[in-house]
Amino acid sequence: MQPDAARSKFRLDLFLVPGFLILGFFVAVYEAAQSPDYRMVIQAWTFMVCMAVAGVWFLRRYGNGVPEDERGAYQNDVIKAGVIAAMIWAVAAFLVGIIIAFQLTYPNQMYIASLPYFNFGRMRPLHTSAAIFAFGGNVLLATSFYVVQRTSKARLFGGSLAWFVFWGYNTFIVMAGTGYLLGITQGREYAEPEWYMDLWLTIVWVGYLLAFLGTIWKRKEPHIYVANWFYLAFIVTIAMLHIINNLAVPVSFMEVKSFSAMSGVQDAMVQWWYGHNAVGFFLTAGFLGIMYYFVPKRAERPVYSYRLSIVHFWTLIFIYIWAGPHHLLYTALPGWVQTLGMTFSIMLWMPSWGGMINGLMTLSGAWDKLRTDPVLRMLVVSVAFYGMSTFEGPVMSIKTVNALSHYTNWTIGHVHSGTLGWVGFVSFGALYCLVPWLWKRQRLYSVQLVEWHFWVSTIGIVFYITSMWVAGIMQGLMWRAYNSFGFLEYSFVETVQAMHPYYLIRAIGGVLYLIGTLIMFYNLIRTIRGDVRGAEPIAASAAAAAA
Amino acid sequence: MMSKHDFIERNSMVLLFFILIVVAIGGLVEIAPLFWIQGTIEKVQGMRPYTPLELEGRDIYVREGCYLCHSQMIRTLRDEVERYGHYSLAAESMYDHPFQWGSERTGPDLARIGGKYSDEWHRAHLNNPRSVVPESVMPPYAFLEKTPLNYSDIALQLKTNREVGVPYTDDDIANAKRDLEAQVNPDGADAAGLQKRYPHVNVRDFDGNPKEITEADALIAYLQMLGTLVDFSTYKADAPGNNR
Repeated sequence: MQPDAARSKFRLDLFLVPGFLILGFFVAVYEAAQSPDYRMVIQAWTFMVCMAVAGVWFLRRYGNGVPEDERGAYQNDVIKAGVIAAMIWAVAAFLVGIIIAFQLTYPNQMYIASLPYFNFGRMRPLHTSAAIFAFGGNVLLATSFYVVQRTSKARLFGGSLAWFVFWGYNTFIVMAGTGYLLGITQGREYAEPEWYMDLWLTIVWVGYLLAFLGTIWKRKEPHIYVANWFYLAFIVTIAMLHIINNLAVPVSFMEVKSFSAMSGVQDAMVQWWYGHNAVGFFLTAGFLGIMYYFVPKRAERPVYSYRLSIVHFWTLIFIYIWAGPHHLLYTALPGWVQTLGMTFSIMLWMPSWGGMINGLMTLSGAWDKLRTDPVLRMLVVSVAFYGMSTFEGPVMSIKTVNALSHYTNWTIGHVHSGTLGWVGFVSFGALYCLVPWLWKRQRLYSVQLVEWHFWVSTIGIVFYITSMWVAGIMQGLMWRAYNSFGFLEYSFVETVQAMHPYYLIRAIGGVLYLIGTLIMFYNLIRTIRGDVRGAEPIAASAAAAAA
Repeated sequence: MMSKHDFIERNSMVLLFFILIVVAIGGLVEIAPLFWIQGTIEKVQGMRPYTPLELEGRDIYVREGCYLCHSQMIRTLRDEVERYGHYSLAAESMYDHPFQWGSERTGPDLARIGGKYSDEWHRAHLNNPRSVVPESVMPPYAFLEKTPLNYSDIALQLKTNREVGVPYTDDDIANAKRDLEAQVNPDGADAAGLQKRYPHVNVRDFDGNPKEITEADALIAYLQMLGTLVDFSTYKADAPGNNR
């Protein structure tokens, strides 16, 4: 590590990044002035505000020369920003999730009949995008920038480039989220943002790849650490999926509306190739990168098996890509693709569990820490949830099982055991590690509160997934039930009615999960402020935080 | 193997290259052939592009996120065929940009909802779903019949659809606005042209308000044609070409 001298040298990024912000700003000004579509005008104004905020922030940061943070060994401020953004988006995403859960439970109370903006169909993408892309995305940005610097022993490449990625990405989130409420959507699950937002995200993503890869190029370690393989696979593959799945022709450059390049059966295949690998690469490969850094670090043990990490990395990324058609079993998709998709989905069980085993067995010799360190426990339980939902997934992709489970709440339960259990908990664990490290605190404000977070949220997950299992299987069985005369036993609406108690239990599970998250929010804010809850013994967390 | 992998771990661009190769294969094998294998889309009688009004209705369907609770894909399972009608064919969504097969049935499948309920039922149901189905959890869409349909760009919409492969003719595009207005006006002079361009089109005032073309007109026109186009009397499910 050799901190650069304070001498000023020419920095290309200090021209390029503001250049992009200004360019973006003026494109938006033009759109706002010319567009006949009021929704486009609102979007353009939103974008202008975001660019202006980023621009003002940029001037304040770089107006008086290169800041302290960019002269040291590692660049940390952008990671801090990502951590705070992730905390805020987590609360927002879970809150919207609870609202839509209650909408399905109490439709008479939860809708404003004269307004379209807060109906389920507009709020649901807001929830999924906020959870996956806003919360998950900022966790990935923050942790990947943290991990790649430490494991490469190099400062982030590109100086302010990482900041462009942070502001650009969060601008995309704000645009997408407000757009959904205005009814701006492509109608593709998890790829709802319209063409102009997709273009912007592509630019930001290229910046992300460059910042990440550039740091690897600068590394002073001969080997690229395993966590970075996963991050790199996540960044590259998401780029490929994003570009191909969002191919579309806008009605006009002044309108929000576009029509997808592909249609019908091919479009369905492309969309679920994308959709399933948003899970596979955004929510799995990226977060496995987190696991491979934070679990060994927190447990103070080396990764269990180097050989296993190689084998499961390549098999995981190879096989995942094939699994999309299991979302389209028994549909009009040709049978050969369905069979391929099912086969690879079942095979996917093995590399998934390879990752789980590598994560869990890293605790060999350190299992006792689970009793004393709730942060490590959170990380380990997340890996256990990963193992559970990656077993459940292959089971559900078997055609005969899928005949029952598809279109039901079982799928919702499955997704949430993965997102709440695996993605959520591994993220919380990483945030609990990162905050004391980044803000140079001796320990978290309160370890007791982490215990509370862990248990309240775990109970919330159990409420959520068990109610959705029962609801989903019941739904599937009722749809196919025949009476003794050979007629269908239930009308559709009877199956809707039967869901009511389970929708309520699910919503309560969501509330518990949010309460846990709010406890974390409070704990982390107090930690950032430098407070320490006096009454608590320091032991475990201080040792870990000092690492 | 480990020593060979060492080389990959030391060279970021080699790692990047191999990742790209490995993640590209699955998609290439599963997606690309769908564009040239002949039987991917069945040959059927009766499929036509959406009328301008139906297309506007479909835009509203997408805008409101209906696909998040309603599928448009009847699977090849006995109970689904008995509940909803003939299983969906790939041909039935070949003009859908994007497809709206959906992934969830919080509400029932809509692939063949066309003609099953009256326009009046749809109006009541959209205004307040629980007025006709007390157990429903669907949001109310009362604003649709109060919102005038904005169709100033309808010709452009048809043109864009043609660019992505929907066979609209120059004639269709030139008459887009007139056809849209004609579909809600059964007594008008343009209905014949509309019917010639779009066989089996429903021509009537869908929202019960002849004074204005509203978003409810468009959405109900779309719902009422869903799944009604293909002539199943000429479709041979067991023909070798349809056995996919």
